[in-house]
Amino acid sequence: MSHVEVMTGNQAASTAACLARPDVIAAYPITPQSSVVEDISKAIAEGKLDALISEVESEHSAMSVLEGAALGEARTFSATSSQGLAFMYEPYFRASTLRLPIVMAIANREMISPQTLWASAQDSLSVRDAGWIQYYVENNQEILDTILQAFCVAEDKRVLLPINICYDGFYLSHMSERVDVPDQAQVDAFLPQCYKPDHIYLDPDRPMAVDPLTNGDLLMEYRQKHLEAQQRALTVIEEASEVFFNLFGRHWDGCVEAYKIDHNTKGAIITLGSMTGAAREAIDRLQSEGLPIGLIKIRVVRPFPKTELRELLSGIKAVGVVDRNVCFGWNTGIIYQEVLAAISGSPSIVHQPFIAGLGGEDITIEMFETAARQVVTLAQKKNGSRDQETIWLRSVSEEVHK
Amino acid sequence: MPHDYVAPVGVEGIYIINTGKWRIQHPVLAEEKCVKCGKCFMFCPVGAIKRRDDGYHIDLEYCKGCGVCSHECPTKAIQMIGEEGK
Ligand code: SF4
Ligand code: SF4
Repeated sequence: MSHVEVMTGNQAASTAACLARPDVIAAYPITPQSSVVEDISKAIAEGKLDALISEVESEHSAMSVLEGAALGEARTFSATSSQGLAFMYEPYFRASTLRLPIVMAIANREMISPQTLWASAQDSLSVRDAGWIQYYVENNQEILDTILQAFCVAEDKRVLLPINICYDGFYLSHMSERVDVPDQAQVDAFLPQCYKPDHIYLDPDRPMAVDPLTNGDLLMEYRQKHLEAQQRALTVIEEASEVFFNLFGRHWDGCVEAYKIDHNTKGAIITLGSMTGAAREAIDRLQSEGLPIGLIKIRVVRPFPKTELRELLSGIKAVGVVDRNVCFGWNTGIIYQEVLAAISGSPSIVHQPFIAGLGGEDITIEMFETAARQVVTLAQKKNGSRDQETIWLRSVSEEVHK
Repeated sequence: MPHDYVAPVGVEGIYIINTGKWRIQHPVLAEEKCVKCGKCFMFCPVGAIKRRDDGYHIDLEYCKGCGVCSHECPTKAIQMIGEEGK
């Protein structure tokens, strides 16, 4: 039987990781992730988890250790944030291009400079094109459930890719919530220990060279297969969500969730991660005023669920994307650009970029109301320009410069 | 390919890289000058020189034509010859 506990997002992550029975964990402490691996260390020290933990001297080594372990058929887990992820960049790329099913939580933290510790998806979104699968989750229950689903997707022979479960630093990593914790037998049934690679491995009985110098022609073939695996993952992610729902009764809509969108909806706000909670509140308020506005939460950014998003937006006149990150060089956020690419074939949709919540700033319900009203205005406007300037949602009345 | 390779590995049956395609000149070993010291064999960066009972032989399949063997040979037994059309 499952039981209910009050736990932080980091505890939800470490609890999920332990339930998945990994063989090897390697990580280097970094705020706001540190307590994830502290708790896993503790579980191993107390004999609750039979796994090896490697206390490495850097994130670069953490990922390298996991790559060796995954080549040795181990189930592997790690966690990192921000500068740690940046330091891991080189082996981070290798994990995906070697097609190793490593699962790593990322407690999202803003990138320097200035020095900062607080939430923003700038860290993980900046490496969205390094070949991993990336989930972005909304609350602590979703952290736990998605980590379990991630192992299932990563090890699927149709996928064989590493996966990040990204959640906002402090807003989730350090906030306590009610979390339903499944028992070990339930998780074992969902996630059998059967990862046996036949595509790449270190096994003295079946010798092979791993990652040799390879010509461009063959490299192109590997890249093509990698991209195809990412596309197949869209289906595998949906399947994992369904199987999980049937076993545990909690449904996280595979790659995209539509909230209060029907045939009358004219405008939509698009969110990522923990900000979705406040956005739901704002949508509820505005719908009770009769405004035709709904919400779309993007749960998977890589692979990007373009077809599903297009379908959801098919009857929509205007869309606003709220980004807790920036896309340097485009004067917008990153998810805005992703959405734009997905709907480029729908010239009738007006799109509005918003940037909010950088460096852990609160994105309030009122900010979402402002954003949603702007989207409704655009939806009702005849012949409005499609290209809107970015609106920065910032708390008013604070004197920044004295 | 007999197997559907999805990750970069080197096993029997997969042509990872053909350094022989890079060649614009190739070594020719004059057996009468060779003292069988084995220097060329040791220095060849792609392992294209094989040692057999009767001496050293250059396998042109992987030879990239770098000329290191010719440079190292103490008796100048190896000449580099340009390849037609390259
Ligand atoms: S030319 Fe270079 S690659 Fe060819 S046999 Fe000599 S040393 Fe080896
Ligand atoms: S280096 Fe020259 S002499 Fe020595 S084995 Fe090679 S060809 Fe013969």
